[in-house]
Amino acid sequence: MTELVSTATRPGRSATSEMVRRLPEFLMIWVPLLLSAAHLISFSIWTIWISFTPSTLVPVTGWVGLRNYNSVLASRNWQIAFDNLLLFGIAFVLLSLTTGLLLAILLDQRIRGENVLRTIFLYPLAVSFVVTGTVWSWLLNPGIGIEKLAHDLGWTSFHFDWLVNRDMAIWTIVIAAIWQSSGFAMALFLAGLRSVDSDIIKAAQIDGAGPVRTYWRVILPTLWPITVTVVVVQLQFAISAFDLVRALTNGGPGIATQLPALVVYDLMFQRSQLGRGAAAAVLMLLILLAVLLPYAAWRYVRQRRAAHA
Amino acid sequence: MRDRSFTPSRALIYLIVTLFAAAYLAPLVVVILNSLRTNEEIAQSSMIGWPQHWAFGNYALAWSGFCVAETCAGIRPYMLNSALVTIPATIFSTLLGAVAGYAVSLWRFRGDVWIYGIVTLGLFLPQQMRLLPWTIVLRDIGLINTLSGLVLIHTIQGLSFTVLFCRNYYIAIPHELIRAARIDGAGFFRIFWRIILPLSAPILIVTVIWQFTHIWNEFLYGVTFTTGQQQPVTAALIALSTPIADIPKQGVQSAAVIIAALPTLLIYLFGGRYFVRGLTAGAVK
Repeated sequence: MTELVSTATRPGRSATSEMVRRLPEFLMIWVPLLLSAAHLISFSIWTIWISFTPSTLVPVTGWVGLRNYNSVLASRNWQIAFDNLLLFGIAFVLLSLTTGLLLAILLDQRIRGENVLRTIFLYPLAVSFVVTGTVWSWLLNPGIGIEKLAHDLGWTSFHFDWLVNRDMAIWTIVIAAIWQSSGFAMALFLAGLRSVDSDIIKAAQIDGAGPVRTYWRVILPTLWPITVTVVVVQLQFAISAFDLVRALTNGGPGIATQLPALVVYDLMFQRSQLGRGAAAAVLMLLILLAVLLPYAAWRYVRQRRAAHA
Repeated sequence: MRDRSFTPSRALIYLIVTLFAAAYLAPLVVVILNSLRTNEEIAQSSMIGWPQHWAFGNYALAWSGFCVAETCAGIRPYMLNSALVTIPATIFSTLLGAVAGYAVSLWRFRGDVWIYGIVTLGLFLPQQMRLLPWTIVLRDIGLINTLSGLVLIHTIQGLSFTVLFCRNYYIAIPHELIRAARIDGAGFFRIFWRIILPLSAPILIVTVIWQFTHIWNEFLYGVTFTTGQQQPVTAALIALSTPIADIPKQGVQSAAVIIAALPTLLIYLFGGRYFVRGLTAGAVK
């Protein structure tokens, strides 16, 4: 009798109890994922929306169309920041690529102490940009750094004042950025070199190709997908560079080393121009998309080709 | 070309890598040496030099006596702040990321591809796009200028990385393993606990190292959402290097820089292999 009742009620009860039983797992899966996804989407929309409002000290409703964008784009601050970004982005990416590739090729020559050397080339990546910027601001400061050392050693005509020189200051950021992250390029290139099929290399050697020729014609061409990845990651860093510049030059001398991320921060939190600050942030996003969308398309095409092959 | 015999060209290779290694090490060596020189000694010569009188006192001063802005408690309070933000945020984001990564890779549910795709977009969205909304949200929930606010931000934002790392690792686990366990009646958490977690040590180490390094080194959120005594150590370093004009104190500052960089440097030295795996995993995306 009890048996019968319990079987009769089981379907209804177990459906509810099943839901209750599975509630913790639903919460554990969905709450973090939804929070993450929701903040990404809503925050983007929110910032884009603020960029179209006349907000200054606090966000307000209203619509000013592209006025914030026009005023940011017309400002000297942004124009200098954009020019600097072009120079910094190109110089930094090219130099850190070549440095990283050179180091990877050298380390690939079966040299002694490879592990120690790799550790040395990569340790700057474990340090914060604030620390890197602070340290390089000392080294490059003509009053206390390398120039002072040269003067103390008797080389009085030595000049290395890039940090305080309007035309050259942006190169100090390039130097510090290369020091910090060329190891990243090296690590990826080295992994790429190690995965090159040794049969191809042997075949090239049998054909009488010397080491330089083997690298140039046979090995390096296999690295170009890695090169694209390194370029994209480094560009992404360059576009949003903030900490390093803040610690090294703080945008100076004057506004000579201004970069977009500093303009955004300045507008939002120092000048209380929220609308314009948001517009500058959206412009940064657009610059980033100009890099990332072609990259995504390229990866998509490659994956499709790989799937068909 | 890949033999070990010693030739002039190999000597050249060793010369070049040694020079590069020296250039990479130089800033660290300079700062360590400076942290052991007196401020006066540095002021009289330059930042680059061998200590004449070993000034070990710099470290004590930097740790608990040095003035940052108006308070003179050294960088200890800021180191503590950084630890109180970094450790919980690393643990939360790693655990939640592991569960979510396991769910999207092995459990599969409706909408999993979509939600995973959106979450990983977080790898690319610049922080600047989130600054104003976070300011408003933190103010509304009363967490502005608190360490809990930073923990919340780093946990939610860190998920983009932790979910990606774990998902890419778990996707290689054979589905049959999960299916067999489900037939035996094991549920979501039981499978995670008994099968997935024991296999996860490598990826959890990679994720923890990655998250710890990133959160410890983060500056923009720290400086935007906290002020004064609530700031993490990266923000405090900037604050203490600003009033450089009056009295030079690079000896103590160098000691502060070394102390602030030490946690992530030690993690790198002891977990280098996992650190590099995180780098490459983050890059290939």
